[in-house]
Amino acid sequence: MSQNFRLENIGLINRNKKLSFKFNGKDYFGYEGDTLASALIANGVHLVGRSFKYHRPRGFFGAGVDEPYAIVQLYRNGETEPNIKATEQELFEGLEAKSVNCWPSVNFDVGAINNFLKIFLPAGFYYKTFMWPKSFWYKIYEPFIRKAAGLGVASIEHDKERYEHKYEYCDLLIAGSGPSGLASAYAAAKNGARVILAEDKSRFGGTLLTSEVNIGNKSGKEWAEGIISELKEMPNVTVKNRSQVFGYYDHNMLVMSERISDHLPETKKFHPKQRLWYIRAKEVLISSGSIERPIVFGNNDTPGVILSSAAKEYLKVYGVLVGKNPLIFTNNDSGYETAIEFKKNGVETIILDTRKNPQSEIIDEAKNLGINIKFSYVVVAAQGYKKVRSADIAKISDNKEELGVIENIKCDCICVSGYWTPTIHLASQSGNKTKFNEDIDAFVPGISKQNEKTLGAANGIYTLNETLKSSFETGHELAKKITNNDNKISFPNVVEKKSTVHDKFWCVPLPKGKNYKRFLDFQNDVAVSDIEIALKEGYRSIEHVKRYTTLGMATDQGKTSNLNGLQLVSKIENKVVPNVGHTTFRPPYTPVSIGAIVGREIGKHSKPTRKSPMHSWHEKNNAVFVDAGVWLRPRYYKQGDENLFEASKREAKNVRANVGVCDVTTLGKIDIKGPDAAELLNRVYTNAWLKLPIGKARYGVMLREDGIVMDDGTTTRISENHYHMTTTTAQAANVLSHLEYYLQLVWPELNVNVVSTTEQWAGAAIAGPKSRDLLQKLFPNSDVSKEGLPFMGYMEADLFGVKARIFRISFSGELAYEVNVESDNGNFMWEKIIEAGQEFEIQPYGTEALSTLRIEMGHVAGSELDGRTIPYDNSLEGLLSKKKDFIGKRSLIREAFTAEDRQKVVGVVPLDKKTSIPEGSHLVKDSNAPLPNPKLGYISASCWSVEHNNPFSLAILKDGKNMIGEKLFVMSPLKNKIIPVEIVSSHYVDPKGERVRS
Amino acid sequence: MLHIKCPHCGMRSQNEFSYGGDASVKRPELGKETSDEEWNNFVYNRKSLRGKHWELWQHLSGCRQWIKVERDTATHEIFNTLKANEEIS
Repeated sequence: MSQNFRLENIGLINRNKKLSFKFNGKDYFGYEGDTLASALIANGVHLVGRSFKYHRPRGFFGAGVDEPYAIVQLYRNGETEPNIKATEQELFEGLEAKSVNCWPSVNFDVGAINNFLKIFLPAGFYYKTFMWPKSFWYKIYEPFIRKAAGLGVASIEHDKERYEHKYEYCDLLIAGSGPSGLASAYAAAKNGARVILAEDKSRFGGTLLTSEVNIGNKSGKEWAEGIISELKEMPNVTVKNRSQVFGYYDHNMLVMSERISDHLPETKKFHPKQRLWYIRAKEVLISSGSIERPIVFGNNDTPGVILSSAAKEYLKVYGVLVGKNPLIFTNNDSGYETAIEFKKNGVETIILDTRKNPQSEIIDEAKNLGINIKFSYVVVAAQGYKKVRSADIAKISDNKEELGVIENIKCDCICVSGYWTPTIHLASQSGNKTKFNEDIDAFVPGISKQNEKTLGAANGIYTLNETLKSSFETGHELAKKITNNDNKISFPNVVEKKSTVHDKFWCVPLPKGKNYKRFLDFQNDVAVSDIEIALKEGYRSIEHVKRYTTLGMATDQGKTSNLNGLQLVSKIENKVVPNVGHTTFRPPYTPVSIGAIVGREIGKHSKPTRKSPMHSWHEKNNAVFVDAGVWLRPRYYKQGDENLFEASKREAKNVRANVGVCDVTTLGKIDIKGPDAAELLNRVYTNAWLKLPIGKARYGVMLREDGIVMDDGTTTRISENHYHMTTTTAQAANVLSHLEYYLQLVWPELNVNVVSTTEQWAGAAIAGPKSRDLLQKLFPNSDVSKEGLPFMGYMEADLFGVKARIFRISFSGELAYEVNVESDNGNFMWEKIIEAGQEFEIQPYGTEALSTLRIEMGHVAGSELDGRTIPYDNSLEGLLSKKKDFIGKRSLIREAFTAEDRQKVVGVVPLDKKTSIPEGSHLVKDSNAPLPNPKLGYISASCWSVEHNNPFSLAILKDGKNMIGEKLFVMSPLKNKIIPVEIVSSHYVDPKGERVRS
Repeated sequence: MLHIKCPHCGMRSQNEFSYGGDASVKRPELGKETSDEEWNNFVYNRKSLRGKHWELWQHLSGCRQWIKVERDTATHEIFNTLKANEEIS
């Protein structure tokens, strides 16, 4: 393919490096330094997509972040990404892209029929059409809309790329590297401030790359390059290109996305694709420049209608002509600059200026170059379907309401300039109270809420001299405030052409008898007529008009459409623009990829993984792990072809028959020390703690202030003022915070210290009738007999040279002990237990067997203590002290908590003794009752009772106390099960608790 | 993300802290008779203020101290921070 629209001697691209790429399956080439947009235009491709609603042909409108049209589906290194702006995507070798919003192809798009049906798609059409008949929605309307809408297809593959997060602090964050960004960064850096300078594009310099100015004795571009290379050398400065500061959050926290690899065919090894920077800046300087706004006229969305500044950028940066016969339509001097650049490169243009007789240096230059200028002229409508072929133009009256005779002139593009809109997004996000500047017909930042200042064009200052002067000063001032340095920077001499005032003209009236679509929002297809309908239908607030018409709600966030929309509303409503107000700017300024937001926190990295010191032993012995909070715990140890059910049954049976060992390292452990430790326990737990002897453990339940059970566990008195508390695995962190809260804020007079020791101790539960024999073998020098270490007893002992703590406590309901050693010795302990346990037929057991054992014993755990139950519900009312007050006690006398038929934990057995009961099922009296069938309770935990060899469940049941022996039904619509059951005691095994005391 | 001055550690990012609610709530003394209203006000009822508000935060991933923070609930401006044992003036 030849590059018909590329010029020879202009541009910043590298002509020595050709890059080939594919667009919609066709091969093209461009150069290093091109964007996909500039390369396509160079190849004469002007049709790149279809519009969102009417599927009208779409070309290019801008040259950067403001682009509403040229959105493509990108294919890179075997992956695909939607919603990519061709104007931002840098070209790389082998790039592939496709148009979106068109089927079967961009040239012949079936959806374009919407364009002829547009009478049916007015403002708010989603709300008012397709409502009836109801049955049509799922089959016809919804699939149609779904197919028609959208901006590409998200990949359903796992993203192989890596994304990083980085946290950074600086004195000054400067967003944008145009003249104001460079000047302020330079002045601040020279005064020792820590500066981060961020530029969205690959090239630094902003408008200095395209404007004809001189700074000092250099061109604007050379000056910018000089400043940047000097800044890059300074140790206190971080300069980042391809980096968009997209969000301004509280307390001067800004977020920036750095596109590290998007411009490369593939990401380099060990490099991330993108990096998200969280930057806390002492001061923020917003130098984000301004965006040219369009003038509204008929068919102003036809491919070939383009912003005049974009035409200039394509020409000066990429050496690309957006057209060979351009028409310039302007209300200010900027259009002239574009015309002059065309002329210098041998392209003749016609300028239509809405102003009557403007005078300025720039206009004089255009006149001297012999450019054809028509004053008081407007474009009435663009003609052509897939590309501009001509323009209907006319003279316009001084009051801008009457059009003269319409003439048609040939042209292949229309470069529009409706003056400049400051990019105030970041300032507005920071909470700045923006104000309307009459001189430029746009909002500018006003009173700051945070430490931010806006410079240059973003602040409505459109002359280079003034911009540089104020930026140097501001950079200097802010740095001085932070570093106390006071190095004056000499201010360079600036040469720029003077311009004159713009015309506040923004919308061309419709000629008589014509009904051209005049678009405001080019990405969401919102036309003047849509806003008119919305206002006619009674929408007044600009926020409502926005949502009803979707004006400014596309992925470009209305960068080119907002102000013209406001102008229209203000005109119809007969209000001034500041009284209409603008809609809220919210982050992100530009779309940010989900990958960058998520960063490294994906898959198993989405939370930390904690492993016990015995983890590698479990791995070696075929443990199948389960997530328990952030811990990995063995669920069961697989033997041969066993499944979960078989293995857990075997392990649980062995505990009941012989002895088992379970890793209980994950239990929360809190060390409590101090003279008031017993008093703290007495207030936190519901039972009495003041008389617990040294060397004894006690089971305790703690409540929240609202009476709900928070956690349970045992606490052991190690010595006079030293206690060891255990919590459940899940609540460990909350319980510590809870204790700290009461000690620091409520009862600071208590002399107690608490600290988490969960990670310091490794724990093994040894359970089963043979556990004492095993213990005796492990601790031959200690008296672990029934008398020497009674139930709820504690002792310190020597495990083959390692200091150990032995607690005689039981979760399984068997004779059982828990042995703790310091974590480093955990694996040693475990191996000794397994070794010594061989003669007693020891088997390790996982969480599944652990659950089975506790469920059939009727020991409540997390599934019953679920943050909704009180002690009575869990049959723990025996642990409520009547003599003392404790946290949450006052709440327990509330009416609902003392009701006669209050829920209570019960056991549930299926009548057929075979059917297993799904957890979460409901209990009902009559399985045939009409819906909604009154629910009496729910199944909290289920197991296969190894003692009785049939299914058994625990349930929280209304009036559970009086329901023992009743026949009910378990219903699980999810599993499609209805099971007749009998209600029994929750203590299904050893109801008198004789085994634990044996 | 807020930037909170821990009176023990200095300026730290919000993600090191956890929120603990209204700092002006006083727990009724242990063992003291309380009316339903008094107790409900302690456990449940909170004012949802717009403006300056003293609230509790815990420097969970730092020094683990509970602190008092005076913050504007509408603007997020933080005016003052105190240690747990310092009285709100």
